[in-house]
Amino acid sequence: MTTIFGYPLPVVLGQLVLGFVNGSFYALLSLGLAVIFGLLRVVNFAHGAFYMLGGFAAHLLLIWFGINYWGALILSPLIVGALGVVVERALLRHLYKLDPLYGLLLTFGLAMMIEGFMQQQFGSSGITYPVPAALTGFYKLGFMVLPIYRAWVILASLTVCFLAWVLIEKTKLGATLRAATENASLTQAFGINVPVMVTLTYGAGVALAALAGVLAAPITQVSPHMGTSLVVVVFAVVVIGGMGSIFGSIISGLMLGFVEGLTKVVYPEASTTVIFVIMAIVLLIRPTGLFGRD
Amino acid sequence: MKKLTLEMMLSAAVVALGALAFNGGAQAASDQVVIGDIDDMSAVYADVIGQGGVEAVKMAIEDFGGSALGKPITFLSADHQNKPDIGASKYREWADQSGLTMLLGGSNTGVSLAMAKVAAEKKVPFFAVGAAGSSLTNKDCTAYTVHYSYDTTSLANGTASAMVQNGGKKWFFLTADYAFGTQLQEAATKVVEKSGGTVVGSVRVPLGTTDFSSFLLQAQGSGGDVVGLANAGADFVNSLKSANEFGISATMKPAALLAFISDIHALGLNTAKGLYLTTGWYWDLNDTTRAFGKRYFANTGKMPTMNQAGYYSATLTYLNAVKAAGTTDSDKVMAELHKAKINDMFAKDGYIREDGVMVHEMYVMQVKSPEESKAPWDYYKLVKTLPGEEAFGPLSDSTCPLVKK
Repeated sequence: MTTIFGYPLPVVLGQLVLGFVNGSFYALLSLGLAVIFGLLRVVNFAHGAFYMLGGFAAHLLLIWFGINYWGALILSPLIVGALGVVVERALLRHLYKLDPLYGLLLTFGLAMMIEGFMQQQFGSSGITYPVPAALTGFYKLGFMVLPIYRAWVILASLTVCFLAWVLIEKTKLGATLRAATENASLTQAFGINVPVMVTLTYGAGVALAALAGVLAAPITQVSPHMGTSLVVVVFAVVVIGGMGSIFGSIISGLMLGFVEGLTKVVYPEASTTVIFVIMAIVLLIRPTGLFGRD
Repeated sequence: MKKLTLEMMLSAAVVALGALAFNGGAQAASDQVVIGDIDDMSAVYADVIGQGGVEAVKMAIEDFGGSALGKPITFLSADHQNKPDIGASKYREWADQSGLTMLLGGSNTGVSLAMAKVAAEKKVPFFAVGAAGSSLTNKDCTAYTVHYSYDTTSLANGTASAMVQNGGKKWFFLTADYAFGTQLQEAATKVVEKSGGTVVGSVRVPLGTTDFSSFLLQAQGSGGDVVGLANAGADFVNSLKSANEFGISATMKPAALLAFISDIHALGLNTAKGLYLTTGWYWDLNDTTRAFGKRYFANTGKMPTMNQAGYYSATLTYLNAVKAAGTTDSDKVMAELHKAKINDMFAKDGYIREDGVMVHEMYVMQVKSPEESKAPWDYYKLVKTLPGEEAFGPLSDSTCPLVKK
């Protein structure tokens, strides 16, 4: 049997595919964070809570209104995104003139309140969300079985990441967005309504988190804690990619999924720590992140 | 930009560390019965005992008449947030300032091990109900510890031996990487090897892992026929879900070394059907358990887990010992506890051994399929009843220094 560093090839390939699945989630979540940080300079600690709310919205749409997975895929990000708009208008807006630290503290507190409330309502064990019928079953790849749903997650999140990148880098709207990021007051002088743009950007970033939540619902339990451990990893991904860099966060999300997958074969105990080790090294060598600009 | 990033990371760490909160404790006179409960109220294990445990203790106090030794019984509860230092310092604070006479310890072996040290230091009886680690009654035993509803030894003796007898000879362990998981794997390994099986491999998974598929692929590549899940709560639920999704359940039999009815309820019978597990209590065993289950359900809307039932039983057992001793004096109460026969909705002829183990029957269960389940919460069928001595092992095996040999 072919081996790579003493590990059988099928095992390594299997882990790489799974790493790709996890990397897709990291990419989708860090994309939202990067968009928000890029324009608002807010470190959105509530991102994990919005991700969790996305999953819960899908569950509640199903049991209250009988709306299936495909409906939830569109409605849940809209609902949670609207909530994000309210949060920005009512709370975050007042903090832009202050040190960015206040935005971090506010969103952190918000995350704890949202998670506490959901736990009070739904308990901590979580709820099972069914895999949509069209995506059940698995592909036999020879070296592993890949559930069709996981393949769908890769496809869906890569498509969304690509569309977001095109929107921001290649369209007029994206150009205005980037201009507002560089110099808000000058952009406003050109007659562009920057505050509305900021609000919508936050809503969009939050909606991306909710979308990831819906994608994750059939894989993990929908539970109040599903975002807690993930958000810390995603922050590390954003720091490694370069705060505010859209492209950087997508690429580093996928890359770190791979690295994590390989660690699970070589030294499983370190699989939850390896990303932070990389983050420390990157911060020492390139403090602005791999793709960040000063 | 560089400065900002570093500042962000540092402040994030400070915020995370600062997020500690306590529930308040009340002052109480020292000759009054004060029962404390320190448990995970807000995180992964909150559904195993949590607020449901608080409810069970209140039911027990009410059933006892609300007062002991002629004075009303005080009840305190706090959240340890799965942090051993918080659990231990709350225990110490209550012992010093609130006249605590007995503590119920909730989920998490790590926290209970820290609290057992306080039990020895403050000489306040400690009922470890939620923690699984057998070391609480072996090398870490104290004269004031009672290990109440189950432990890693009895779980392994139940599930592991039943699996091997049913042909699951080659085991691969998926183990939570902390005291509880490693003790559970150790105990199960002993049982597997004694019953004629072998262990073909294991992987230690960090606590709080969200994706178990990588580890399950390793299990599948091991050539084993049983994947032993030495984990609990969300880790158990997520690993079993992935095992189904990746078709691993088709080639290997999953064995739950610790599963609560709350986990099965969350998973649903479609995913959990056929699973073997061991429990210290189940609501549908006999008329007494059913009566308690229904009363509890009326109060909470859920059937109790074995540990919530254990909370109720432990509280009554303690209160009966106080009544028999006529005092809250720890040594006299402990003497009564070691003499008592426990016969209630939880145990049949249960007794507390020198090393602190409450010896009682354990039950090997198999999860029903959706077709077999006739009513809500009708989840288990009884495979085997393990007599107390067989489940918890002979006293001569205990490494507790208090056991006279």
